[in-house]
Amino acid sequence: MMEFLIAWWANVPEAAAAYALAALGLLLCERSGVLNLTAEGLMLVGAMAAMGAALQIEGYPGMALVVGMLAAALVSLLFALLVVTLRVNQVIAGLAIVFFCQGFTQLLGVMFDWQNHPVPGLLPVRIPLLADMPIIGRVLFEQNGVVYLIVPIFFAVQWVLHQTRAGLRLRSVGENPEAADAAGVSVPLVRFGAIVAGSALIGLAGGLLSVGGVKMWFPDMAGGRGWIAVALVIFARWQPWRALAGAVLFGCIESLVPRIAAAGIRVPQYFMLMTPYVITLVVMAWTAWKGRSRSSEPGALGQPFSREERR
Amino acid sequence: MTVTTAAPALALSGVSKRFDGFPALDGAHFSVREGEVHALLGENGAGKSSLMNVAAGLYLPDEGEVRVDGVVRRFSGPLEAAACRIGMVHQHYKLVRALSVAENVMLAAMAVESQSAGGDRSADKVGTTASRAALRTSYGSRLARIRALIDDHAARLGFSIDHRRAVHTLSVAEQQRVEILKALVTGARILILDEPTAVLTDEEATRLLQTMRTLAAAGAAVVLVTHRLRDVREHADRVTVMRAGRTVAECDPRATSTAELTELIVGAAAPAVTRKAAAPGVARLAIRNLTCRRHDGFEVLANLSLKVRSGEIYGVAGVGGNGQTELVEALLGIEPPVSGEVIIDGVGDIAMASPAARQSIGVAAIPADRYRLALAGTLPIADNYGVTRVASGAYGSVLWVDFRRMREEAAAGVREFDVQGVRRIEQPAGLLSGGNAQKLVIAREFASAPWLVVAHSPSRGLDVRACADVQRRLIDAREAGAAVLLVSEDLEEVLLLADRIGVMSRGRLVAEFDAPVDRQRIGEAMVDHA
Repeated sequence: MMEFLIAWWANVPEAAAAYALAALGLLLCERSGVLNLTAEGLMLVGAMAAMGAALQIEGYPGMALVVGMLAAALVSLLFALLVVTLRVNQVIAGLAIVFFCQGFTQLLGVMFDWQNHPVPGLLPVRIPLLADMPIIGRVLFEQNGVVYLIVPIFFAVQWVLHQTRAGLRLRSVGENPEAADAAGVSVPLVRFGAIVAGSALIGLAGGLLSVGGVKMWFPDMAGGRGWIAVALVIFARWQPWRALAGAVLFGCIESLVPRIAAAGIRVPQYFMLMTPYVITLVVMAWTAWKGRSRSSEPGALGQPFSREERR
Repeated sequence: MTVTTAAPALALSGVSKRFDGFPALDGAHFSVREGEVHALLGENGAGKSSLMNVAAGLYLPDEGEVRVDGVVRRFSGPLEAAACRIGMVHQHYKLVRALSVAENVMLAAMAVESQSAGGDRSADKVGTTASRAALRTSYGSRLARIRALIDDHAARLGFSIDHRRAVHTLSVAEQQRVEILKALVTGARILILDEPTAVLTDEEATRLLQTMRTLAAAGAAVVLVTHRLRDVREHADRVTVMRAGRTVAECDPRATSTAELTELIVGAAAPAVTRKAAAPGVARLAIRNLTCRRHDGFEVLANLSLKVRSGEIYGVAGVGGNGQTELVEALLGIEPPVSGEVIIDGVGDIAMASPAARQSIGVAAIPADRYRLALAGTLPIADNYGVTRVASGAYGSVLWVDFRRMREEAAAGVREFDVQGVRRIEQPAGLLSGGNAQKLVIAREFASAPWLVVAHSPSRGLDVRACADVQRRLIDAREAGAAVLLVSEDLEEVLLLADRIGVMSRGRLVAEFDAPVDRQRIGEAMVDHA
């Protein structure tokens, strides 16, 4: 039994890391008032670009991840152009980007023949002494570098949002763009920045899937994790620490399902894919019923901003 | 107050501003000195807010100049005005509701600092260097300094405010204080408040005005844009009166009688009225003790009672924002009242009935915001015309709609009510100009002989001809025996049309008159009631 638990838990951090990165990226973007549904697509772009880079430059998985981040950030510029500059409906633009990315990554990946070529990828980093602790050592201190990075990234997001002028501008743009505009904040600029920065994190989550996790690439490898991240942000009511907690929860579920199957208990894999949404629906119904949803959701989420004609 | 030879803190002269060709300001002038509370008085649409928006950099004037301390300034935005230490508290607060008081103030302070650090046109170089230094300090120490400044200013003005609280948890009066603090912390010494007392209770209003006195005593120049004579008489050192975009007088409020001020505000034009004598019948609409509250609990309608008889036009006069919108919305079923009765002759109490139920009784509704509440701009004219009678089966049944008949009847209605600019009956209603859109609404509502009409500012924004047409329709309805409730912020219109006039102030009906009425007495009731 203990072996089962340790084997399960040891897989949780890496699974949770992808969710956490994607959710934090989305959160950054949505706190600026841009409803971002592109996560699934940008994770695919990140996964493909990182693997492409890993196959070209062997031995530098960190570089590969950076390439994944840059690629996702680049594609997000298109999304930003659509929703910020052209003020296209954010839901429609987000969905279009996802479908575009699904087709595009498949096209490029197959064209360059990146499919099913294993790479060494990210290797686990043993933290001396700490990794020797029973149970905790294997679960927490024998992970790859990106998993450890989650901690500083989480605090950085928290810090940027609440302890910097840029964060104050970002939150004010997300809550009341008219007031922010009156206070001299450039709403388009802030939203562009939030989208690109957030998307880089989502790209990193994608790179983690290919270079860090299965260490190879195949089409549609995000497998709905981007959608789960979208639901996670709603579930977290746009609070970073809740998003982190939610990521751990779904990391647990994700790594539990194959283990249960291996133990001979049959659970439909779709059950796992469905769970986050069931929880999200429950949370949304609960907050709406409690009448608290309005206070936690960014006030201008999903609304394109155009300065009213000053006459 | 001492009269100094120095230039006034803020002086506007010969200011003109047109919106879509319509002059909102026509050579207006205004000046305020340091150490005084200066009231800018006038009716709705007199140009008070427009003039102050010019001073605060929101509007660029077509003509005229703005001088701050004698120096001519040209503001291309509110931040440039703020850098000249002009702060304006608007009627609709520009606050980020989810952020705390301190964060809101800091957001404003950051903007003004980067503005004065960026442009070297700012007069005081010392302030500029200080701002540059402030930009370099860390977020935490900056916020701490803002908090200290907030507490400091609040203590000096004699109120306390918790700077950690999120703005959405504050009352309207407290939010106003945040706006004032925002202006003061960013260094404003010319403070403009646009209708500050309109949303406050009497007690809050008195406290605010006392606070403004304190500020002026400390050397600030305070401009109070208001329509309430009471505010002016008790708390202002000087008063400037505006009417129809022009400055008509500047005087000492204590040396001027209420009658004189009222006449300055409303003017003395006497409209000619040609129509039959009223032949009122039974009370068709009786409102009893109607009370409505805003979401934060503020009473916008308080125990309002009135009766409208068949064959008469009952006019509700008053300065905008005194509960007229809420009254109309309660009557049309848009926002249900908290308590009270709306009794329709032969039907009973409909205070809680749905808009559809009211429609079936035969209430013709002409709301003020015709594009939001009366028309679906992207739908064809024919659909807009027929929509209210589709449910009653006038055009087919649940399963199909007789569009041909709807189009024919719409075309007939458009002809009868002289709606201009209709090229095709299928064209979107949003393409019609304001006057023709209003005529389309009236054509629809009057399609079957109106029985009870509720009209809110029906001629607002219309040109002279359309305005006369709309008013003629209301008189026709009255002569055909309908009961007409006309709620209008345009005193001329009420005087012209109404057989009886009720004056609303702060959600109450404060006076009732039978036509013909002395406009002076109505004016007094409009502006002077507590």
